[in-house]
Amino acid sequence: MSECAPMTDAADVLRSQAARTRTALLLLFCGLGSAFLLSVGIGAVAISPLQVMSIFLEQVGLARLSMHAPVQETVLLTIRLPRACLAILVGAALAIAGAALQGLFRNPLADPGLIGVSTGAALAAAVVIVLGGSLPVLGLSPDPLAYLLPLSAFAGGLATTWLVYRIASRDGRTEVATMLLAGIALNALAGAAIGLLIFVSDDQALRDLNFWLLGSLGGVTWDRLLLAAPLMLLPTLALPVLARPLNGLLLGEVEALHLGFNIERVKRFVVLLAALAVGASVALTGVIGFVGLVVPHLLRLTLGPDHRLLLPACILLGGTLLLLADLLARTLVLPAELPIGILTSCVGGPFFLWLLMRRRGLGLW
Amino acid sequence: MLRGNGLHFARQGHTILRDVSVMLQPGGFTAVIGPNGAGKSTLLHLLSGALMPGEGVVTLDGRSLGRWSPADLARRRAVLPQSLELSFPFRALEVVLMGRSAHSGSSSRVRDLDIAAAALEEVDAGRLAERVYTTLSGGERQRVQLARVMAQIWPEPSDDLTRYLLLDEPTNNLDLTHQHRLLDFARRMSDRRIGVLAVLHDPNLAALYADRMVLLVDGQVQAEGPVDMVLTEDQIEKAFDIRVTIQRHPNRGRPQLVPL
Repeated sequence: MSECAPMTDAADVLRSQAARTRTALLLLFCGLGSAFLLSVGIGAVAISPLQVMSIFLEQVGLARLSMHAPVQETVLLTIRLPRACLAILVGAALAIAGAALQGLFRNPLADPGLIGVSTGAALAAAVVIVLGGSLPVLGLSPDPLAYLLPLSAFAGGLATTWLVYRIASRDGRTEVATMLLAGIALNALAGAAIGLLIFVSDDQALRDLNFWLLGSLGGVTWDRLLLAAPLMLLPTLALPVLARPLNGLLLGEVEALHLGFNIERVKRFVVLLAALAVGASVALTGVIGFVGLVVPHLLRLTLGPDHRLLLPACILLGGTLLLLADLLARTLVLPAELPIGILTSCVGGPFFLWLLMRRRGLGLW
Repeated sequence: MLRGNGLHFARQGHTILRDVSVMLQPGGFTAVIGPNGAGKSTLLHLLSGALMPGEGVVTLDGRSLGRWSPADLARRRAVLPQSLELSFPFRALEVVLMGRSAHSGSSSRVRDLDIAAAALEEVDAGRLAERVYTTLSGGERQRVQLARVMAQIWPEPSDDLTRYLLLDEPTNNLDLTHQHRLLDFARRMSDRRIGVLAVLHDPNLAALYADRMVLLVDGQVQAEGPVDMVLTEDQIEKAFDIRVTIQRHPNRGRPQLVPL
């Protein structure tokens, strides 16, 4: 009997843990659903949740409820739906990339925007925009450009992630100060390079460039979305697989190695996947800061730091927050549209300051 | 058997270890002692596989460390680091459960949890299980980490494999009571056929619990063998440049240094 007693204890603990995980993910999923309905419903043409359902059911040919007007169908299918899908994809990709980078750097302050990864991606994309049109090979048609943009943004994100990691990490430990300072330096460098590109670019390129600097989900079409969606979906779905080694990495690289993880391989995958997620997001929407910082942080406060729950939760909450941010961005100053990057920075900046003060209060420096 | 043979290690042209050979038998408790900067921790890093020797080879059960997969190796040997920074608010039990990472697939989650809880009890930290690791004191953290490495190589009744535990200055940050408790615990681990190697600063503490000693000076083994052979007046004077006399512990009979 004495052998069995702790067994039931452990089984109980695991059951309550699993129940907690299910509840958390279910709540987050409901949040995402509500944000989605709000986002596709609110605007110049209002569409109620029932009408959304009516349009969807008719589209897949299941039922003809006829509760909606044709204009609502057009607005939903060609404008709101691709935009909402983009918001979910980008929010999820940025949030999970942030969480994974924080695991890799063993530090909760590593945000793709702060450490320069987003700016690096934006710089590479800006190079393509400005120089792409003038090179004979790339100037042929917009099609190769559409492919080249996410790819070069990915390469830019990859290069900066690798660089920051090499600078800030020594003997398996990461210095926070070095990491943030390296981020500042790289941001400044990339900023200067983008400034130079603005200086040399023509009017069309200038208008396109503006979009990178501020970030926007507007003007997305199904074609462009479908092109970049796999680039964001792959890292978003693959990173949760690395949850256990990321947990181990939080103890330190050597300790993770001793725990039995193939640490070099894990590190390479995390850098690649995070850069892919950030690069593809930046290619489509420009730089949207602080999502990768705020989302994992809110979740760690409530759910704890275990990546096995944190990473899937990041996908759901990241999508939700960006849907809501985009909703605000396009409704706050009607009929104009606020660049979403400004909005996320307005919320994320103070949040980051609060984080710094709180950490100092806890003596975590 | 965990064995290092003819180990050389240099960093930036500076030789840290020169022709060092050690072996660790299952069930044995070896203490590595020596002055600061003698290369004790480097030796432990070479034996754990965290560092590669410039020359020489480290083998576990006759197979070179490089030919073990990280996961296979993790199930056979665990390493307690000198210090560990964790800036994420894991609970102590979750930290201990990380020790079971290499067992996912072969061990059930229920069993992992039982082992983690038992390991915490073993190091007198059962009541810390639900505490957040970052809020623990240095000594409490050290005990939680010890429970983690123990959970990693927890003896399985179903197999007959040898396991090894490497401790890098494990008594740092511990008060007198817990220093002795920790080494007593390591002693009991070696009684369960685990080979224990500990880098220790205090030769007297080491002499009370270890059965063999390696005296490392300037990157070379000055003396190696049973405690009574290594802990002599001559050896200590030569290694630490301090005059001592050897007395016997009143009821354990182990040699103890008294500075003159």
